[in-house]
Amino acid sequence: MQIARETLLRSYRAMRTIRDFEERLHVEFATGEIPGFVHLYCGEEASGVGVCANLTDNDTISSTHRGHGHCIAKGVEVSGMMAEIYGKSTGVCRGKGGSMHIADFSRGMLGANGIVGGGPPLMCGAALSHKTLKDGGIAVAFYGDGASNEGTTLESLNLATVWKLPVVFVVEDNGYGEATGSSFAVAGTQKDRAAGFGMPYLECDGSDFFAVYQTAGEAIAHARAGNGPIMLHVHLQRWYGHFEGDAMTYRAAGEVAEAKRDHDCLDLFRKKVTEAGLLEHAELDAIDEAVRDEIESSVVAAKAAPLPEPADLLADVYVRY
Amino acid sequence: MSKKSFRQAINEAMRLEMRRDPRVIIMGEDVAGGQGGTSGVVDAWGGVLGVTKGLYTEFGPERVLDTPITEASYIGAAAGAAATGLRPVAELMFVDFVGSCLDQIMNQTAKFRYMFGGKARTPLVIRAMFGAGFNAAAQHSQALYPLFTHIPGLKVVIPSSPYEAKGLLIEAIRDDDPVIFLEHKVMYDDEEEVPDEAYTIPFGEANLTREGDDVTIVAFGRMVKLANEAADKLERQGISCTVIDPRTTSPLDRDTILDCVADTGRLVIVDESSPRCNMAADISALVAEEAFDALKAPIRRVIPPHTPVPFASVLEALYLPDAAKIEAAVKAVMNHKVTEAA
Repeated sequence: MQIARETLLRSYRAMRTIRDFEERLHVEFATGEIPGFVHLYCGEEASGVGVCANLTDNDTISSTHRGHGHCIAKGVEVSGMMAEIYGKSTGVCRGKGGSMHIADFSRGMLGANGIVGGGPPLMCGAALSHKTLKDGGIAVAFYGDGASNEGTTLESLNLATVWKLPVVFVVEDNGYGEATGSSFAVAGTQKDRAAGFGMPYLECDGSDFFAVYQTAGEAIAHARAGNGPIMLHVHLQRWYGHFEGDAMTYRAAGEVAEAKRDHDCLDLFRKKVTEAGLLEHAELDAIDEAVRDEIESSVVAAKAAPLPEPADLLADVYVRY
Repeated sequence: MSKKSFRQAINEAMRLEMRRDPRVIIMGEDVAGGQGGTSGVVDAWGGVLGVTKGLYTEFGPERVLDTPITEASYIGAAAGAAATGLRPVAELMFVDFVGSCLDQIMNQTAKFRYMFGGKARTPLVIRAMFGAGFNAAAQHSQALYPLFTHIPGLKVVIPSSPYEAKGLLIEAIRDDDPVIFLEHKVMYDDEEEVPDEAYTIPFGEANLTREGDDVTIVAFGRMVKLANEAADKLERQGISCTVIDPRTTSPLDRDTILDCVADTGRLVIVDESSPRCNMAADISALVAEEAFDALKAPIRRVIPPHTPVPFASVLEALYLPDAAKIEAAVKAVMNHKVTEAA
């Protein structure tokens, strides 16, 4: 597989940015300074980045509770995201959405979603817009194995097929819906579910950027060519709890340690590109350093940023009322 | 100008807006009807009560989309399409079916603009029929507008006549916020003079269908006609009423209600929706808070009992407000004797 050097560098930077963003939130959340709930994407970076590396700003995505990674992968600006998570007026949603509703329409990122299974119907609609307006765009619905059981998701698989919509349904299967294992909660298989709707199905190892990039590329090309929807099943592991503060007492000792040791997408990426002579260690080190600085300055800026004003409470309920 | 039914007026509003703006699309269950059938007729129904009849023929399958019977996915799809450049008019058939798709309306559509910091526009219209009177029983007869009115981010429209329906629906389709447009199913064959051309009626501006000195009656949708019937009868008995049709419950024209109550000092509210936390309760609270000193009598509400809508005609008639109940309520507030404090 040929991947442009520029794409490799950009994708590594996006994965590293997600990792550092989330690791930093893990630390900062524990101090109590971040309000609300956060759900971290650590361990899953190659999925969002591998898929979104095949997209443009003209394409549309919907995300999940675990939305920071999809935002960064889709090009949402990090300082605006960090300020949003701190509830500041400089946030990408002006402090009105927070972690669970982080969004940037200008990047085709239609939001993290606080409702499990909330996104797939919306992506049927975004795909309908792309199809009707003939703008060449497609829609990608990211959702978890938990959301794969929601009626909204199953209805969307049907609707997208009936209407032959350009949607890619990306099941990010980390094996847990909150604290309940998918081996308990998911009947049958994702593959058979796709087949049940007459929908093509692809799967890949979500810790391998190259596998995700290539498989997602095929899925996206299928949708973009007007062949209708397709399901992409990405096998993943999450490194932290469902939310920050979850002690993960439902996971076997050593499960996460093993994932970190053997399935770290950043380690695997570095090994592959350096051994193949595609990129140098020094280039990757330089990205690591630049990302460290970017995250640090985004946290400093977020902490110093102004809080929303009381008048913001009443603003933007309607366009006009 | 010509005589048009409520059904024709609504159809014409959609047709004119679809001609005017290629981004306006229609979707819903059987809005064309017949796709996949054996007769080959692809616009067999034009909606379950024929409201969208002929739109498929004029605008074709790209703009008039039949859906599977899956309200959550297609109402959500309508919202997603609205947020990304189209102006969908989605038909929910019976408003009772909102139980199958409320998340997409309440947690997604209504909140996009606010929770995304003012960056989203969701020009979506959801049309649905509502109301009792057809023996459609408990799951096809509810008047659920208070449910939508309760949710910030939604606008809620209840037309009371064919003229009102056309102007309010065109306004709804041109509006950049999500609008719930509720059509009383008993009214589809009501007729009146309706202009042929497009016109709009602004939201949040109540219509005074008559003005009087003694009692203010606020009524919604089909109840406006019943309130006027009662007012006609009362007029002959020497009691003159103002009848207010708020047209929209969100936004609500509070000023007109308060002004009229200030003039008459008596208020009767006619509301077909279930009595707890309905519009009658909402307006009662408004008037109690803002116009207490103007009141010469307690507020009276003409409302159904706290029960599901019954099936049998005799029970459904008991359930619903009617002109006689409105007349009795007006007389009760007229006959109220103020007890002076000792």
